[in-house]
Amino acid sequence: MKVPVVSEILKANDQVALENRATFDAHGLTVVNVMASPGAGKTSVILGTIERLPAGIRPGVIEGDIASSIDADRIAARDIAVVQINTGGNCHLDAPMIRSALAHLPLAQLELLFIENVGNLICPANYRLGADLALVIASVPEGHDKPYKYPGMFTAADIVLLNKWDMAGPCEFDVEAFERGVRLVNPEVPIVRLSCRTGEGMSAWLEQLGTRLPAPAGTVR
Amino acid sequence: MHELAATTALLQVALDTAIEAGARRVLAIDVVIGDLTSMVDDSVQFYFDLLSRDTAAAGAVLRFRREPAMAECRDCSAREPVRPPLSPVCGQCGSLAVQVTGGQQFHVESVEVSDEGAGSK
Repeated sequence: MKVPVVSEILKANDQVALENRATFDAHGLTVVNVMASPGAGKTSVILGTIERLPAGIRPGVIEGDIASSIDADRIAARDIAVVQINTGGNCHLDAPMIRSALAHLPLAQLELLFIENVGNLICPANYRLGADLALVIASVPEGHDKPYKYPGMFTAADIVLLNKWDMAGPCEFDVEAFERGVRLVNPEVPIVRLSCRTGEGMSAWLEQLGTRLPAPAGTVR
Repeated sequence: MHELAATTALLQVALDTAIEAGARRVLAIDVVIGDLTSMVDDSVQFYFDLLSRDTAAAGAVLRFRREPAMAECRDCSAREPVRPPLSPVCGQCGSLAVQVTGGQQFHVESVEVSDEGAGSK
C-alpha cells in the first residue's frame, strides 16, 4: 500500500522553530541567525556590532560550536549575556537546541539576540531556528567563488556581509564575481562590504540591522 | 555528515506514516531532494540503513527523485537545469543576466507500507 504524504522531512525542527519565534516575539526580541564558514569572522562581527549598538538595545548571544567555549568566553569577557551550545560533533544548530538554551538567557532584559551558528556553509541553511534575520558572512580570504559552490547558503540569506574587505587587494578578490554569484540565487539581498579590523562598512551594516530592530525604550515614533 | 540528522528526521516521517496507516512495515520511501541542498543520496542511504535497523523500516528501499535547480536567462529566456558550482553565464547566449531558482526541496512524497510483519511473506 502506497501512502502519499508530502511531508517536509525537517518539519519537526520547523515546528520548534515556530515555537521559538513565538517566544522571541513575546519578549519583543529581534533574533539574528549568524551563519558563515569557520574563520569568516562571526564572533568579531557580533562583538563589533554590539559595541556600536544604540543605547537602550541590550544584546545577548547564543554561541554554537562543535566543542569548546572559546567564543563564548570572548563574549562573556565583555559582560554580555551568553550561552554556549556544544553540538558534540553535529555540524549545525537546530531549533530544539535553541529552545534549551533560551532557559539560560534573561530574555525579558534583552532586545537583540545573536545566534552564532556552527562554522559551516552547508547544513545550517537547512535548519530554521526561529530567528527574524538570516545573516550570512563571507570573508575575502575564502575567495569570491563561495556563492557558486554553496548556493544554498546564499539563497537563505536576508543580509550578506563581506568581511575582511581590507584584504581585498592582497587576496586579489574579484568582488564583482562574488556579488554576481550572490545575485544569481538571491537577486535582492543587501550585500555590505565590511572590515571588523578597520570598522569600514560597520555603519552601513548597522543601518541595515537598525531597520529590523524595535525602537529603543523611551523612543516615540 | 549533515545527512545523519536529516536521515534521522526522514526515518521518523516514514515510521509516523506507517503508524498512522495502521501498517506494520515500511517497504519503500519516495524522497525528493533538491540539487542545491547539498544532500547526497548515497550518504542518506548509508545512514538510513544504519538507523532503521530494529525498526519497522528495516530493509526499506529509498527511491530518490532529484529536484533540479533551474537557471533562467533574463536576456534570451533560456532555461536549463544547473548544479553547483553554478555558472554565472547563460549556456545559450553568454549573458550574465542569469537567475537560479529551485533545488531547495527536501521532502517525502510517499511511503509504501505493508500490513504484514517482517517475518511473513
